[in-house]
Amino acid sequence: MIRLFKVKEKQKEEAGNANGRGPLKKQSAGELRLHKDISELNLPKSCTISFPNGKDDLMNFEVSIKPDEGYYMGGKFLFTFNVSATYPHEAPKVKCKTKVYHPNIDLEGNICLNILREDWKPVLNINTIVYGLYHLLTEPNHEDPLNQEAAAVLRDNPKAFKSNVRTAIGGGRVGDTYFARCI
Amino acid sequence: MADLRSSSRSRDLDKLLLRPGHLVGPTFEPGAQLRDDLQEYVRILVVGAGGLGCELLKDLALSGFRNLEVIDMDRIEVSNLNRQFLFRLEDVGEPKAEVAAKRVMERVSGVNIVPHFCRIEDKELEFYSEFSIIVLGLDSIEARSYINAVACGFLEYDANDEPLEETMKPMVDGGTEGFKGHARVILPGMTPCFECTIWLFPPQVKFPLCTLAETPRTAAHCIEYAHLIKWDEVHSGKSFDPDNPDHMQWVYLEAAKRAQLFGIPGVTYSLTQGVVKNIIPAIASTNAIISAACALETLKIASGCSKTLSNYLTYNGLEGLHTKVTEFVRDKDCLVCGPGIFMELETSITLKLFIDQLEEHPKLLMSGASVTVRGKNLYMAAPPLLEEMTRSNLAIPLFELMDKSPTGIVHVTGTAGKGDKRQSCLRKLRVAFKANGITDTDMAGGA
Ligand SMILES: [Zn+2]
Repeated sequence: MIRLFKVKEKQKEEAGNANGRGPLKKQSAGELRLHKDISELNLPKSCTISFPNGKDDLMNFEVSIKPDEGYYMGGKFLFTFNVSATYPHEAPKVKCKTKVYHPNIDLEGNICLNILREDWKPVLNINTIVYGLYHLLTEPNHEDPLNQEAAAVLRDNPKAFKSNVRTAIGGGRVGDTYFARCI
Repeated sequence: MADLRSSSRSRDLDKLLLRPGHLVGPTFEPGAQLRDDLQEYVRILVVGAGGLGCELLKDLALSGFRNLEVIDMDRIEVSNLNRQFLFRLEDVGEPKAEVAAKRVMERVSGVNIVPHFCRIEDKELEFYSEFSIIVLGLDSIEARSYINAVACGFLEYDANDEPLEETMKPMVDGGTEGFKGHARVILPGMTPCFECTIWLFPPQVKFPLCTLAETPRTAAHCIEYAHLIKWDEVHSGKSFDPDNPDHMQWVYLEAAKRAQLFGIPGVTYSLTQGVVKNIIPAIASTNAIISAACALETLKIASGCSKTLSNYLTYNGLEGLHTKVTEFVRDKDCLVCGPGIFMELETSITLKLFIDQLEEHPKLLMSGASVTVRGKNLYMAAPPLLEEMTRSNLAIPLFELMDKSPTGIVHVTGTAGKGDKRQSCLRKLRVAFKANGITDTDMAGGA
């Protein structure tokens, strides 16, 4: 193999900066796969996506969801997505930026959604996650609680839960916590 | 005296390099010239100066290589000292790459090791192209994936989709986790690259957040609760830094409190580090064995003194010893190391016409394509927001959008295939622009 190296040395000298290619940016396999996911997005009308860093940074984006049914109807909820270079080997990191009174989303924006963690598979995609989030907003469940109090109310008194959600998304206090208006 | 010593040091190496053999590689030419050439011409980059990196530097220096460089962004911590044998207590806080290079140069005469104390992403691509072989002693998938993309990026193919040997940048990758390890040889274009076989890495175990919040059962649950939920609750806005010992200590104490509350045993500081950083305690002997295998493969690639490992060795020292070599196959459509589909284009063709051509190309039959070139999204068919932002590019010649580079790699996404088999896919294209009687230099000047 050593002859190869000598050949290379020479070639490099000759080639030098002859093929002056612009600044090269390495595109990770994760970025490419995400490019595919994004260009195939098929979101329901109630969901909109935006790219705060412009069209060339797809790895950080935001999805806003405005459910048209269920407890959270009329509210508008913003989720941030952070996708790593090893996507889809690793699931995107998703947080809810809108403070929400929800049994499966805590006040810091952590989300208990199986496909974001234990059930993530590389065959899933961004579309699946957005639908998962939409589903979480239309069908909150008390079985996977992150906000214990909200989960208990949903389980024991759905009417009170409904009223709490209306208070929260209209801008108001539920228990000790203040929620900003998000309608 | 000096001569005697040097000849005794290379005695074992000479047996491999000076004598013919029946297991040698096809280009092997034994002799003193080969030994001298290896010393003079071969430049090796070691990526990582941790447990595996320390071993690799020592092994490669003792294998007769004289031009080594090492890159690592970390500083030495007390907890490294048990296995990263080049480091001493007084080195704590110093950059690993610098201390490792210095220590090996002190002990092995004739070797020159250039340290680089920085992130692998901080170096220009030209930096990586200088090396004959890149040896990886890393513990993260991200870093491997990055170096793999860089090394495979140098690979060029001829018109028959055959890899050009002189553009091939060989990699030797080592990895260890406790008593287990692997060593592999990646010859881009010939053997599977890291991305072809990314499924070899088991996905990280992630516990459901609600389990952490509500029903913790193990010490790891308590640690992840403190790390993922409690941290944010208490430190609004300040992000957790796994390399900050104060942050780690805080997580450990919170986890211990929670473990006590639920009567769960086993939360320790080192387990906290392990869970949060997703690391399994390193075993010095595993590093030594894997490094030796990697150094030997490096010597084989450089000298041709034997056929290389083909292509993935696993080692398990947990119960007795088990080791096995598996020959994995390339993913022919790999986006990183594959040839892609070749297309020759006029310099005048607009992005719109190019996208139309994809529909007629017999190997693609792709409709509704989105196009990306080296991180620039030239056209996105969806979502509407991005479509609008990229639409104006459609009228511009592709050649200009690609900075008038005569050749380049383009990735396209769309619906492709025939009849029932039509499905969405992502393809790599190798495009070359027809010269049109103008030389490359003229075109570069015109830019
Ligand atoms: Zn590959």
